[in-house]
Amino acid sequence: MEKSLELSTIGLANKLRVNSLEMAYGTGNNGSHLGGGLSTIEIFATLYGSLVKYNTQDAFNPDRDRVIVSKGHCVLAYYSALNYVGFISGEELKTFEVNGSFLHGHATRDLSRGIEFSGGSLGMGLPYAVGVAIAGKKRNRNYHVYVIVGDGECNEGSVWESFMSASHNQLDNFTVIIDDNKLQYDGESEKVLNLGSLQNKLEAFGFSTHNIDGHNVAQLYDALTKKAQGKPNAIIANTVKGKGVSFMEHKKEWHHSRLTQEQFDLAISEQPVIKTISHA
Amino acid sequence: MLEFTSVNFRTWAKLGQRGAFFGVAVFELAQKYPNLMILTADLGYLSGLERFMNQHPDKFLNIGIAEQNMIGVSAGLADEGNLVYATTYATFITMRSCEQVRHYLGYMQSNVRIVGSGAGLVMGFSGNTHYTIEDISMIRAIPNITILSPADATESVKVALASAAHNGPVYIRLTGELSNPMVYKEDYAFEIGKAVTIKDTGDITIFATGSMVYNALKATELLEQKNIHCRLVNIHTIKPIDLKCIAQANQHSKLMVSVEEHNKMGGLGATIAEELTSMGAKAPLLRLGIDDTFRHVGDYKYNLEQNGLLPEQIAKSIEKRILSI
Repeated sequence: MEKSLELSTIGLANKLRVNSLEMAYGTGNNGSHLGGGLSTIEIFATLYGSLVKYNTQDAFNPDRDRVIVSKGHCVLAYYSALNYVGFISGEELKTFEVNGSFLHGHATRDLSRGIEFSGGSLGMGLPYAVGVAIAGKKRNRNYHVYVIVGDGECNEGSVWESFMSASHNQLDNFTVIIDDNKLQYDGESEKVLNLGSLQNKLEAFGFSTHNIDGHNVAQLYDALTKKAQGKPNAIIANTVKGKGVSFMEHKKEWHHSRLTQEQFDLAISEQPVIKTISHA
Repeated sequence: MLEFTSVNFRTWAKLGQRGAFFGVAVFELAQKYPNLMILTADLGYLSGLERFMNQHPDKFLNIGIAEQNMIGVSAGLADEGNLVYATTYATFITMRSCEQVRHYLGYMQSNVRIVGSGAGLVMGFSGNTHYTIEDISMIRAIPNITILSPADATESVKVALASAAHNGPVYIRLTGELSNPMVYKEDYAFEIGKAVTIKDTGDITIFATGSMVYNALKATELLEQKNIHCRLVNIHTIKPIDLKCIAQANQHSKLMVSVEEHNKMGGLGATIAEELTSMGAKAPLLRLGIDDTFRHVGDYKYNLEQNGLLPEQIAKSIEKRILSI
């Protein structure tokens, strides 16, 4: 990754993190999914900063890349990224988790907004993404399918069914990014259901794998751009739940929670460089 | 181009609903729709798809024994512009992957047609895991899904063609044995959502669906010998139900009867009962179907008999009920 791109991607990540905190604070007592939102910031920044092919003026373009967010609760980062690229306006973003708004706690398919998939029920995005990738191959479309799943989500059997399918169908237009933040609702993933080495498992399933620091945009970029031939790609992004806010990091209590003004101010004060965000 | 002739009807009847669907109708679909894809969860041969998979390997995808994944892959393919049919036994496609059906077909409205074969009690000695007596009830409660239940092999072909032209997710419920008795000997008009009146004289109206249309038809013949005349309506579309036809029967019948190879709870009879309650029932509704229990296992005829669904049993139930009015 070139240094200038790396710096601008880090800058974007900082923006998305601040924006996510503002969105979270805006939900008041309802609260939002902070932990898993903040762990995916660099993933979204890297994808939307330079890799994903999209066009807000031509949202339905059949050759657009397909970003399928299976862990549907990471909307703080996801909506912030869609706001950055111009699919969601700043005004619209203010309606996050407002009654009747299209911006709920789990993204809902709306191609005009760049949202490919309705999340919310875990283990649903991967099978769908396999179908989208097979369709791309059959029609000689030049798009790539990126799927974002959580490590907790990998408890679901349907995830492993679709891993087998992706490998069997040699889907090299398919990349799964596992946000491996090592925490799920009831605590440490390892204690809830120990999955062992995700990398070894995915290698055994026939994937080309990268095991990286999911907060390092250069590592993410390199892993995302080194695509295998004839087999699907998996990136195990080692992340920290609640990343970037000292009192949230590694704490399962911040899976879904609300922010007091004091907490919000403290969280914002911990963010580097950019303290406000200009919406697209 | 398929021809709807009596000769063909007899040939298709020998193949049964599933055989006519996957051994005959799909070739017409492949010709008409270049974007056709048929998915199975390791039941390609059993579904009668051997010829199709050989002739159209590019339109066929075996997902393996992974029904949940099959529905998801189908949805992804459909949303990218394919005409997708996914099939396995009705029990697995509706229950193993029930939430997937809800999520992709119901919630996301992905244009997938799921085809459940062997619905009802036809799976014989395979036993209760392979019977499907709950599917109508479950799928009916999910928004946005049309439910089709053909009466015989000919109607199975019609359902295949009509479902392809239909815009929206569909569940197709295939019933009956390999050799499917013919309800239709001559061609007729089929339209999704519009029930077919097969017999139109008498003040008793029988609503039947799937395999039970034939048994109900036989029952009406037995009743005629006793001078009891019944109207017979084939409800091939369970959702959306034909309200006009129910309202009409409600006006002109002293008894209404529903017959289905499904749990009496939540199926065709329950659907009709709900509508009759809303419009104000002018006559009772006798609901015939499968009892709300998992019974001892036996062959198809034994299973039907256990639930009072053989023609002579249907006739007897109706006779008994009409005498009490």
